[in-house]
Amino acid sequence: MDLLANLATGFSVAATPINLLYALVGCLLGTLIGVLPGIGPVATIAMLLPVTYALPPESALIMLAGIYYGAQYGGSTTAILVNLPGESSSVVTTIDGYQMARQGRAGPALAAAGLGSFFAGCVGTLLLAAFAAPLTEMAFAFGPAEYCALMVLGLVGAVVLASGSLLKAIAMIILGLLLGLVGTDVNSGLARFTLDIPELADGIGFVAVAMGVFGYGEIITNLAKTGEDREVFTAKVQGLMPTREDFRQMMPAVLRGTALGSVLGILPGGGAVLASFAAYTLEKKIKLKPGEVPLGQGNIRGVASPESANNAGAQTSFIPLLTLGIPPNAVMALMVGAMTIHNIQPGPQVMTVNPELFWGLIASMWIGNLMLVVLNLPMIGIWIKLLTVPYHYLFPSIVLFCAVGVYTTNNATFDIALVAMFGMAGYVFHKLGCEPAPLLLGFILGPMLEEYLKRALKLARGDWSVFITRPLSAALLAVALLLIVMVLLPAIKSKREEAFVED
Amino acid sequence: MAQGAQALGGLGDNASLSVAKRRIVSIKSEKDFASGLLFIVTGGGFTWVSLSSYTVGSASQMGPGYVPLVLGLVLAMLGGLILFFSLVVETPDGGKIGEIAWRPLLCILGANLAFGALLGGVESIGLPSMGLVVAIVALTVIAAMADSTAFDIRHVLVLAAVLAGGSYGIFIALLGLQMPLWPAFLAL
Repeated sequence: MDLLANLATGFSVAATPINLLYALVGCLLGTLIGVLPGIGPVATIAMLLPVTYALPPESALIMLAGIYYGAQYGGSTTAILVNLPGESSSVVTTIDGYQMARQGRAGPALAAAGLGSFFAGCVGTLLLAAFAAPLTEMAFAFGPAEYCALMVLGLVGAVVLASGSLLKAIAMIILGLLLGLVGTDVNSGLARFTLDIPELADGIGFVAVAMGVFGYGEIITNLAKTGEDREVFTAKVQGLMPTREDFRQMMPAVLRGTALGSVLGILPGGGAVLASFAAYTLEKKIKLKPGEVPLGQGNIRGVASPESANNAGAQTSFIPLLTLGIPPNAVMALMVGAMTIHNIQPGPQVMTVNPELFWGLIASMWIGNLMLVVLNLPMIGIWIKLLTVPYHYLFPSIVLFCAVGVYTTNNATFDIALVAMFGMAGYVFHKLGCEPAPLLLGFILGPMLEEYLKRALKLARGDWSVFITRPLSAALLAVALLLIVMVLLPAIKSKREEAFVED
Repeated sequence: MAQGAQALGGLGDNASLSVAKRRIVSIKSEKDFASGLLFIVTGGGFTWVSLSSYTVGSASQMGPGYVPLVLGLVLAMLGGLILFFSLVVETPDGGKIGEIAWRPLLCILGANLAFGALLGGVESIGLPSMGLVVAIVALTVIAAMADSTAFDIRHVLVLAAVLAGGSYGIFIALLGLQMPLWPAFLAL
């Protein structure tokens, strides 16, 4: 079989001792940096890109891929332990992961994230190897109208993430979209909503918003509670590994997450982010078994599924890069940079011109995933110890890591002032009962949604019906509408009941 | 935004006082009332700026103001709905906003701002870059003051020393980030 022969070629390249060493170094560095909040995979790869100049191209890409996974895994660790999403795709992990950690179940949460990611990584790698070429055809079927519809679906999914008021959740999404538009408009070159502050011309940084709203907002809220109410974490830690019951709940969630992530990852344009949000939405819609904790209150499915989706998406997002030459996200854009430095033109020809590189990279992805599990499962015990540090030592340290993380992304003092502003906003949102997760998704998708909307309507000469006349886009919007109705029905019912009580 | 919310809190109190006798339009949820106002003001702001400063264009030729105008209008309308429901739908606990935790708020954000100012220096007030070590000590001390119950200056200074050492090891020695370690005028 072609597939086996190809994979054999790949492993013969990736499994040489020296390349294994580079993969190990990449994973280690990535995890270390990913654990520090604020320094995500993009910053890490950007910082370490020069280091790889001197290496042969295969080794360079293998190491960079290792950093990518490592950072992603490390980002989930902080999301679970201290409620700080290191990067956009681990935002949803904070919801149930942090609740689990507070209930003394950080160990199972971390293990679920690790094992789920590994499984998804294996499947993603196999899919990538088997279907790289045919799957790219699907990406061609996606025009701007389809991308818009897909994003609307993603945003509607985010509404389901919020457990509170539906209206407030939608408003937070829109606010996020608007904040995402701050900065220079790509088409006209006009600086929008920058209040004449030159630093805002590049837009508001994701790190500043995430650190401010999630990190500082959370710390201030915790400190506002006095003494016994605070109870950030329960003292007793229940086991490091998931129980048999946990595994039973986890497995189907991992499978669903993997399937969803693999499909969404192929689409250029933030597939992996959408994948984790969509996977969580799906889990939330699945009926709870008797005695199961609801999602949002520390359900292991809420960690396992988005983490698997995220990792599967991260794998399959190499497909558009390696076959079409389109980088689906910032990390992949840096990988393109790394390839061009080594005189490799990414695109369909990579598979035929550099088969060793293509298959070697795919094999190294699997090796990298294996290394992460081997590295991280024993480290869970160490991470748990971190939670036993008294809070009055922990919170100044978190403030420091946030501040350093924000400062180093752009080496700008202005970003630190910005994160303070978003910290204040985070506290206000908490006080007003507005949940921040939908805001963050809106913020990430804002610029993309505007861009595709513009393109779609330009092609359709301003005719809005394009979104329902194209079948794929119509189907996606129909699913979005269905989701809204599903969320609305119980809300209307309870509102009615409240109204009757008032009478 | 926070200023807005503060003003809203005050407004909410007055409103609930003045309409206390006619129970029909009393505020049923303070949280929703304030967030409704917040969304109306922000949405209105984006709408106004898009209309007044940017070209809106048409659906086939969208100007830079088109999308923010639409989104701003939708946000303001959603805010209106939330505000309306906060006056109509009864909430069990009255949706109280509760007291604002000024001490943690000011200490955490202040620690963060002090760190930025000391690390990078502020030209406009003639503050030179004081380097990472000074910035970390300032951040740790100010942040620790947020928790008045557990504040012990000796513990805080030990923590600051540990954090400064660790940060040097990780960020400067290991990762090679470009950050001044000591005050600029010492030229170390």
